[in-house]
Amino acid sequence: MRKAIITLISAVAFGVTGQAMAAGGVEIPKRDWSFQGIFGSYDRASAQRGFQVYQEVCAGCHSLNYIYYRNLMELGYSEAAVKAFAAESEVEDGPNDEGEMFMRPAVPSDRLVKPFPNAQAARASNGGALPPDLTLMVEARIGGPNYLYSLLTGYTDPPADVEVMEGMNYNAYFAGHQIAMAAPLSEDAVEYADGTKATVAQMAEDITVFLAWASEPNMEERKGMGMKVMLFLIVFCGLLIAVKRRVWADVH
Amino acid sequence: MSTDPQWKNPVIRWVDDRLPIFTYMDHEYQQFPMPRNLNYFWNFGALASIVLVVMVVTGIMLAMQYTPHVDHAFESLERIRRDVNYGWLLQYIHMNGASMFFIVVYIHMFRGLYYGSYKAPRELLWMLGVVILLLMMATAFMGYVLPWGQMSYWGATVITNLFSAIPIVGDWVVTLLWGGFSVDNATLNRFFSLHYLMPFVLFAVVGLHVVALHVSKSNNPDGIEMQGPQDSVPFHPYFTAKDSVGIGVFLLFFAFFVFYAPNFFGEPDNYIEANPLQTPAHIVPEWYFLPFYAILRSVTFDVLFIPAKLMGVLLMFGSIMILFILPWLDTAKVRSARYRPIYKFVFWVFLFDCLVLGYCGAKPAEGWYLVLGQVATLYYFLHFLIVMPILGKIETPLPVPTSISQAVTGSGGGGAAGATAAKMEKS
Ligand code: HEC
Ligand code: HEM
Repeated sequence: MRKAIITLISAVAFGVTGQAMAAGGVEIPKRDWSFQGIFGSYDRASAQRGFQVYQEVCAGCHSLNYIYYRNLMELGYSEAAVKAFAAESEVEDGPNDEGEMFMRPAVPSDRLVKPFPNAQAARASNGGALPPDLTLMVEARIGGPNYLYSLLTGYTDPPADVEVMEGMNYNAYFAGHQIAMAAPLSEDAVEYADGTKATVAQMAEDITVFLAWASEPNMEERKGMGMKVMLFLIVFCGLLIAVKRRVWADVH
Repeated sequence: MSTDPQWKNPVIRWVDDRLPIFTYMDHEYQQFPMPRNLNYFWNFGALASIVLVVMVVTGIMLAMQYTPHVDHAFESLERIRRDVNYGWLLQYIHMNGASMFFIVVYIHMFRGLYYGSYKAPRELLWMLGVVILLLMMATAFMGYVLPWGQMSYWGATVITNLFSAIPIVGDWVVTLLWGGFSVDNATLNRFFSLHYLMPFVLFAVVGLHVVALHVSKSNNPDGIEMQGPQDSVPFHPYFTAKDSVGIGVFLLFFAFFVFYAPNFFGEPDNYIEANPLQTPAHIVPEWYFLPFYAILRSVTFDVLFIPAKLMGVLLMFGSIMILFILPWLDTAKVRSARYRPIYKFVFWVFLFDCLVLGYCGAKPAEGWYLVLGQVATLYYFLHFLIVMPILGKIETPLPVPTSISQAVTGSGGGGAAGATAAKMEKS
């Protein structure tokens, strides 16, 4: 009965969540990521390059609402660098003593400045389509980082029998294959500060690492603590089993 | 209950004379006789109690940071995960704790089904368990709405809409649940309030569950009653030690998901903030509701004068209500499946049927999935209404041991039993 129960749990669990299909029913290719596995961590160099891609390409349309400039220090940027990033954008503040709202340069305790003040403005500039917030994108799609990478590298010519609608672009991995976002990445779209060659695949990988970090900045702390907790529990279980054996020795 | 002369400390004596709490604890958790042949499936009640406490503690701490407002709920959870010290830990424990709770309780229930623990004299114990299950489901459902993600919102919309199928008062009930004319801020607020309240009701019913257990004492894998000290061991130290092993191993399992696969049981869609204007492609409930969801959607045709939707709702609630009368539907004299060869087989078929229902619940209700779900739903009810009553009458059980000590040692008690009996004598 014990074996059966284990089978049962795994059957239920895997049967329900074990799918790696995009909503469109296309299989998403799996890739290896530095942040996977029980010791996984975010590759800082890649995440910094990803942030550069975000700033120079995606930030024109997509917000990153739950990230503050101060968070960027976790990627290895110095405080001065973060202050400089922040100061590039202006935020509305106030009211001041005269009761007026005013603009000031952003500081590390501000959220990343959004490209559009509201959803209507975002739609108006994007032919009616809303560019979603990217903070949680990696967690909000089946396939996670693999999906994001595939999406960004999945712009191809449509098959002969598919007619792409006005203002839409063909993408092999997007649900329904017709996406309002034109291919955001092109060869050398950015010039990497560290000299890495900016191929589409390279940029897609870097932005994915950066957005994976954005979706769960505490992942490394979680796995680190997990290791301690698991080791403690394994030793603790060993002791408990030994105690139980001794207590029951006279009954069996 | 008079004060036990074993209390030497004057303060303890003074308290115990007026409120015999020490004597009670000694009686119910130290000396309390437990069948000596219990296997590890009898750990799951203790595990469920642990999870309940963990859920209440983490839940109270989350509530200190959570904002029950449609404009802020989603964001407040992100703040908990990002900016509150160890907020991510609390949130992952609470989120995965819900799944752990159902895993543990479902195993606890199937244990009861296998070993016939619901039969006389434990009917009320079992029925209180069914009440607990209903409360757990309501609590989990309302809790899932609080993050205000896409699945929260659309799940709440689909499930609350079910009540509109009730004749005459249906629409009124739905408006009452919503606190308005759609799932909105008022709904979120009342769900938060009730989600905070229900675990305490749950605590109370678990208390009754345990009191009832301490009257009838535990059943056991052989399904025969304890006849004397040779059949039992005192709760402490034997079951404190054995339950601790179970708890340790369970915490290891729990911790694995919290630290290494925190989103394993979750839906990616719930990381998208609720949007009343955009319906997700597939609305699926949490895994622990899937079998019931399959039953709900299995009725696609009107039955006599009952519309399909109402029939689905009736069957879904009926699938749990039927558990209340199970002690009387099962006509067998022998409790444990160990000595019921045909029931043993039927039990596994039934378990398989529940898994099939869960599978169908996760798939769109169309084509083969629908047919499979319908067959599995039919069998679910046949199991209780036809198989259980008839099987008890026609099955020839295997010879049942005359006592637990005979079953354990193959003879009438041993030296060890004598030693434990001596410990028991004290009480
Ligand atoms: C010109 C504006 C624009 C730029 C620049 C842009 N996007 Fe988009 N993006 C959009 C729009 C519009 C949508 C909505 C598409 C739709 O719903 O059809 C979108 C959708 C998305 C989606 C969601 C796909 C889904 O599964 O729903 C992702 C992920 C995404 N963009 C990532 C990026 C990344 C990464 C970059 C930078 C490399 C980027 N975008 C640059 C406009 C843009
Ligand atoms: C919060 C959830 C629950 C808690 C905390 C709880 C707690 C317990 C505990 C501590 C025991 C004794 C130890 C054991 O036998 O495992 C027990 C026994 C029992 N419970 Fe529960 N229980 C819960 C839910 C349920 C449910 C949902 C049912 C069935 C519908 C149920 C039915 C039973 C039965 C029949 C027994 C007696 C088992 C036997 O002695 O063989 N319980 N419960």
